[in-house]
Amino acid sequence: MADRALSLTAAGLAVGIGLLLLAPLAALGLGLQGFSLAPAELAALRFTLWQAVLSAGLSVALAIPVARALARRRFRGRDLLISTLGAPFILPVIVAVLGLLAVFGRAGWVNQTLTGLGLSPVSIYGLQGVVLAHVFFNMPLAVRMILHGWQAIPAERFRLAASLGFSPADTMRHIERPMLRAVLPGVALVIFVICLTSFAVALTLGGGPKATTVELAIYQALRFDFDLAGAARLALVQFALCTAAYAVATRLALPTGFGAGQGRAGGPPAPKGWPLRLDVLVIIFAAMFLALPILAVVLDGLPGMLDLPPQVWQAAARSLIIALASTAISLGVALTLALAAARGRNWPGFAASLPLAASSLVLGTGLFLILQPYFRPASLALPVTMAINAALSLPFAFRILAPEARSLFDDYNRLTSSLGITGFARLRFVVLPRLSRPLGFAAGLVAALSMGDLGVIALFAGEGEATLPLLVQRLMGAYRIQTAASAALLLVSLSFALFWGFDQWGRRHASA
Amino acid sequence: MTKSPLALAICTAVLATAAMAQTDKPVLNVLTYDSFTSEWGPGPLVEKTFEAQCGCDLVFSAVGDGAELLARLQLEGKNSTASVVLGLDSNLITLAAATGLFTPHGQNTANDLPVPFADPLFLPYDWGWFAVVYDKTKLPNAPDSFEALAASDLKIVIQDPRSSTPGLGLLLWVKAAYGDRAPEIWSALADNILTVTPGWTEAYGMFTAGEADMVLSYTTSPAYHLIAEGDDSKAAAAFTEGHYLQVEVAGKLSNAPQPELADQFLMFVGSDAFQSIIPTTNWMYPAHHLAAGLPKGFQQMITPKKSLLMTPDEAATARKPALDEWLTALSR
Repeated sequence: MADRALSLTAAGLAVGIGLLLLAPLAALGLGLQGFSLAPAELAALRFTLWQAVLSAGLSVALAIPVARALARRRFRGRDLLISTLGAPFILPVIVAVLGLLAVFGRAGWVNQTLTGLGLSPVSIYGLQGVVLAHVFFNMPLAVRMILHGWQAIPAERFRLAASLGFSPADTMRHIERPMLRAVLPGVALVIFVICLTSFAVALTLGGGPKATTVELAIYQALRFDFDLAGAARLALVQFALCTAAYAVATRLALPTGFGAGQGRAGGPPAPKGWPLRLDVLVIIFAAMFLALPILAVVLDGLPGMLDLPPQVWQAAARSLIIALASTAISLGVALTLALAAARGRNWPGFAASLPLAASSLVLGTGLFLILQPYFRPASLALPVTMAINAALSLPFAFRILAPEARSLFDDYNRLTSSLGITGFARLRFVVLPRLSRPLGFAAGLVAALSMGDLGVIALFAGEGEATLPLLVQRLMGAYRIQTAASAALLLVSLSFALFWGFDQWGRRHASA
Repeated sequence: MTKSPLALAICTAVLATAAMAQTDKPVLNVLTYDSFTSEWGPGPLVEKTFEAQCGCDLVFSAVGDGAELLARLQLEGKNSTASVVLGLDSNLITLAAATGLFTPHGQNTANDLPVPFADPLFLPYDWGWFAVVYDKTKLPNAPDSFEALAASDLKIVIQDPRSSTPGLGLLLWVKAAYGDRAPEIWSALADNILTVTPGWTEAYGMFTAGEADMVLSYTTSPAYHLIAEGDDSKAAAAFTEGHYLQVEVAGKLSNAPQPELADQFLMFVGSDAFQSIIPTTNWMYPAHHLAAGLPKGFQQMITPKKSLLMTPDEAATARKPALDEWLTALSR
């Protein structure tokens, strides 16, 4: 039966992911003896957890009103705004940090305005800066995921509620809150775990060694101390945290099961009066918060766009190929796991979330150790980068697909089974059309993320194999700050174009 | 639709591998850091010049920076296909020697460094003074010591000694200049340190974006802006306590697949042909005086009155306690 084939494939993939992530860890951890953390490592662990909890909590709390406003209002530029929500998440870290500093930094627009008004400037450096940056990166992602939740509620439910004379509070309690209960834990989990492995952002905006994260300790262990076992030990701590967070999120999340609708577009009721004014305010505020740093990146990069050196274009082509290949792999795996998870199993979700906790540095170093006796590292640069990018972006693709795959299964499984629609036909006529919106969004996100990643390629790349992010880094390293800014703008534009293209494709097919 | 990009990618990967086609020439593999081999670094010109005289194929493979180089070498161990490693920081050569992977280079150890430096395993090829770089147009009177900097309300971006070689250099600079007073200096500097970045790139990017008044870099950094951009607004502050040196070295691996070519390359590294490429590509000083002198513009750089450098063994011993002092002073 098709169900069985799906389960087997999913199980095989889950084992594969486990191997890909754990084998490098094992390769590093061979010399591990005993398990205890030094005081400095404990302090790093505390800071890491604290900033991750704050960042995840704040991102989700701020995302709810924004998602709600977007779900119930229609205005010019709404589509553009929703698509742009993906942009902060796909910015390369150093570019995003410079963009944020142009707005919130010491000499940034906000402080210039404040001093212009005779007020005292605010400092971004410290825990507040770390959380601000993490909210900038992740709040838009949360908005998109929660918005999908709102859009997945069949329009019939809202109409029924209206005809029963439900007040907005009743609608919230009986329809919207159960949806949030199903979606929020997963969203918070993803953001929490992303922030767990943050390192350049945390250190740079944290203002000094107070803001040391576990990932920085891993970096130090691998680079300066060459303490492979120590790095493996810290990576295990990250895995344990991720597992615990996953367990908590799974317990909190409840499935909704609103039943199937006819797939008509619609949204929650859109009351006039003060709720409208509030929604307008929320949307303007969110748009400004996200758009200003991106505007700074664009203004910075524009001057040199026309005379970019040819290497930049070659690297861009290489990055595009990697991104598309990673997207194909990642989406195939994510869809299989999401469909398996929809049948009420927990392990596919766990397998798909594991890569979040993986330090790309540990992953790259471990794979290097394993592969290097048999292959020339440079000959593996592209395939390894594709595989790692696909693995690291899998959790996002899965999180986006899983809730809707679940409702799809709950709502349509009996019907399709009784009609005898199984296997490929089911995929073609039921699954893909119903899931095209999340599929498009997931594909866009994965493609854009794979454009931006540089962790692993740096370890394997030989001469003439640089990807665009690596080239941006090299340009900056060679003092070519302006060219680097322009190459970064190219990177951002390409990432965004990929994201936009896939996302639009998904949304067009969803409404058709 | 999902299939074609994958197929394309596989084709590309296969083609890329095939393109490393065999040539009959012997191949000399040199392991170095990223900014050396990049299109804007010394790599391309070094490769062209050396290949013209060796009848071989010089292939660079690159990792992040001097510290990562050592980690990479330890990962590869005796499996390394490299014959020469180029770009280790002198502060790390005790660690590098301890791996037992290096063999004496056998070259003449005479050089023109501002402090005596001779090592049987590691050959210096360039060097620079660490310095605090600032913008003359925004800061007419730069501080002339760490103590003056600490007394000012200027903001500086520095690099983390746990993840970057300039960061480690600064740590040893303060230690070499102030000894037991180093913790006191760091405590006084704490409110001047705007932030600490993981690497040089982030710090220098923040400085050029106008976010900080000063940045830890090299005395030769303003030469880039002057020579390549015609911008003379950047300057390095001369510190009375002296400036710590970064010396970059090359070494020969004992398992070198091409030992003769390695010797020939190390000989080339000390020659005027190699040395004259360094100033305007690596933006450091060459290890030997150039026949034609330094390029125009370098004469405007400051020359510190005093040069500081710990011996490799001193640096190896000092690193851990100095790091603890630094962490304690800045974590408050």
